[in-house]
Amino acid sequence: MDKNTFSLDGKTILVTGASSGIGKSIAIACSNFGAIVLLLGRNINRLEQSMSLLNGKGHSYYSIDLNKSEDVLNLCNDLPKIDGVVHSAGIVESQLFSFLKEDSLRTILDTNLIAPVMLSKHLIKKKKINKESSIVFISSISGPAITYIGNSSYAASKSAICGIAKTMALELAPKKIRVNTILPAMIETELIDSIDSSSEDIELDKKNYPLGGYGSPEDVASTVIFLLSPASKWMTGTDIKLDGGLTLR
Amino acid sequence: MEDFINNFAEQIDETERNEFSKDTKFKDLDEWDSMIALSIIAMMDEEYEITINGDDIKNANTIEDLYKLVNA
Repeated sequence: MDKNTFSLDGKTILVTGASSGIGKSIAIACSNFGAIVLLLGRNINRLEQSMSLLNGKGHSYYSIDLNKSEDVLNLCNDLPKIDGVVHSAGIVESQLFSFLKEDSLRTILDTNLIAPVMLSKHLIKKKKINKESSIVFISSISGPAITYIGNSSYAASKSAICGIAKTMALELAPKKIRVNTILPAMIETELIDSIDSSSEDIELDKKNYPLGGYGSPEDVASTVIFLLSPASKWMTGTDIKLDGGLTLR
Repeated sequence: MEDFINNFAEQIDETERNEFSKDTKFKDLDEWDSMIALSIIAMMDEEYEITINGDDIKNANTIEDLYKLVNA
């Protein structure tokens, strides 16, 4: 084994949610490891900004709302063949269960579950995903492992992703396409601002992490690189916990 | 018939399209397994709006046998 085991040289990797936060870090890391990156996001200006941070040549971006199925189908027709997909687009909305609104539950499921699943389905059906590719879903510790107050919709969407990922892993194994998920705990991104916690609460919460504080987007990106690279070629249907030791307590 | 063979071949990656004909005994293909059988059932539903089941697959030997179900 040499360092090429962890290389993405010559691979084309599609990253959703690439205009900000974890997705942006993942896109940058993929380019650093030699991949041609296709960035998906909604905001063109921020996509361009992400693009400007990538290493190497040949990258491109597509501004798209992944909840619009017709746009997704058109995009899938336009895309080149790819060797990896990273589903990083997602939203958070905090709502106590007794105040849960059906609309917000559906909105979260649409964006966090239906959109990434249907994008994957169309890419597979249109034979855009090469053999021996890797599909990575950014799930969450919240849902599959633990949860937070007010997080029911989000937790539901992330647990559901893990269930679907295992089924995909089983059905796509004959094509040597691998499907895994990453379960991060709190990561320092702009999404944290959308959680109804005071900054004191957040500082207090960081003390729950044995490795000290929240993770960084780069922590998620390095696990993604592992899952996209040949280093993980015998790993499929796995949920990788990435939580700074949070759930050990 | 050609269209049906195309759709059938589409479900089986490793075998080239030109190796399929109406007389192909599909269960003898190296790749044939239960999941491909499910793909064929789903393909017939999606493309031809025909509902078949595992027994139909079991009773069929050639691609033409399946095609006959579409026009039954």
